[in-house]
Amino acid sequence: MTHIAVIDYGMGNLHSVAKALEHVGKEAGIALQVSVTSNPEVMRAADRLVFPGVGAMRDCMAEIRHLCLDEILREQVKLKPVLAICVGMQALMQHSEENGGVNCIGLFAGHVRRFNENERDANGDPLKVPHMGWNRVRQTMPHPMWAGIPDNDYFYFVHSYFVAPAAPNEIAGETDYPTPFCAAIAHKNIFAVQFHPEKSQSNGLQLLKNFLSWDGKA
Amino acid sequence: MSLAKRIIPCLDCDNGRVVKGVKFVDIRDAGDPVEISKRYSDQGADEITFLDITASAHDRSTTIHTVEAIASQVFIPLTVGGGIRKLQDIRNMLNAGADKVGINTSAVLNPEFVREAAERFGSQCIVVAIDAKCVSKPGEPKRWEIFTHGGRNPTGLEAIAWAKKMVSYGAGEILLTSMDRDGTKSGFDLELNRAISEAVPVPVIASGGVGTLQDLVDGITIGKADAVLAASIFHFGQHTIPEAKAYMRERGIVLR
Repeated sequence: MTHIAVIDYGMGNLHSVAKALEHVGKEAGIALQVSVTSNPEVMRAADRLVFPGVGAMRDCMAEIRHLCLDEILREQVKLKPVLAICVGMQALMQHSEENGGVNCIGLFAGHVRRFNENERDANGDPLKVPHMGWNRVRQTMPHPMWAGIPDNDYFYFVHSYFVAPAAPNEIAGETDYPTPFCAAIAHKNIFAVQFHPEKSQSNGLQLLKNFLSWDGKA
Repeated sequence: MSLAKRIIPCLDCDNGRVVKGVKFVDIRDAGDPVEISKRYSDQGADEITFLDITASAHDRSTTIHTVEAIASQVFIPLTVGGGIRKLQDIRNMLNAGADKVGINTSAVLNPEFVREAAERFGSQCIVVAIDAKCVSKPGEPKRWEIFTHGGRNPTGLEAIAWAKKMVSYGAGEILLTSMDRDGTKSGFDLELNRAISEAVPVPVIASGGVGTLQDLVDGITIGKADAVLAASIFHFGQHTIPEAKAYMRERGIVLR
């Protein structure tokens, strides 16, 4: 029995992540227990952690700190595979420009920046922000989490901010909008994605399935 | 740039059943929103919009169960609109598995609600639905106004200014329906769509009036829509999503 804790800090759409994990577990014939939880003991007992997130960074970080989840994460990322999604990924950086500037957990060196509305898209029209919809992800490093997923294929994104990691060698995937930004980070046993695997149909489900069997090594 | 344009089938649901009629050749229960959503997702729909037209608030628990059931089986984005009046309504829908909520009448009655919702849940999940109707006379410069209650109640609000205001309040996307075209199958109001899309920095979904696959193309190329929403051309089996995508791709539109 694999136990996955989906970290709940009162923000966003946890049902979808949990349901998608249960779905792929069932399809892969993996006995799975998925707990949506803010309880540190459940996170400590789990085999794997998923750190999702939707919403505004100031509120997210306030809840994360209120529940001491930053401390738990710092402790637990040393011990087990972790998948961070969207704002969960952004919260792992040092700092975000959102809400006038918010200090984040700081597991990764780098910042969270806003897309520039003054840029133009491929048709010469002003760039729409949020970056919302299906876009291609270039796999910039081989990684077990990319297994079975075609390179340069579509995932679903919805975000106005993106991460700019200080260590470019940790970038696992890139997407163009219109200039390339970091769509995935891989560092030891942490894999973090800006897109929503739980909403990216077959490619997303494959990534979640890969997470169920990933040993946490690149 | 590779951000794809989106095709979004829309399901109008009353008390947990799809109304307006949906006919897939091999589906026995044509009114089941879960089965229909799954079918559209399998066909390659990029999102699903679920419009709750249930009259009484009491029956909305049905909607929550339906949204939960869809989200357990369909792994593409889901927008739920209709009857979103309070922050708690939004939280309930997001917890049930919706990714975005559509706010229409409540935005008109209380614009601050949009601001509060965006601050609490983030702009990415706040879609403001705008029902607009052309009110200018022939020969005059075009002017569109906002209507509520399915196009019955005029508000006097000018559509472009309203869209801009909603975005400044935090709307992350605009779902724009032309009340002149809705149900007519005569194509989107392209002028309206283009005017709004060029006026706001967020994505605009064109809605109302799709009768042919060319209408979908025009909505994107002429109307500058980021996504196209349609109901009847897909529901009645007139076209499938793969047919629509093939047709649009041949005309140079980037799709997933």
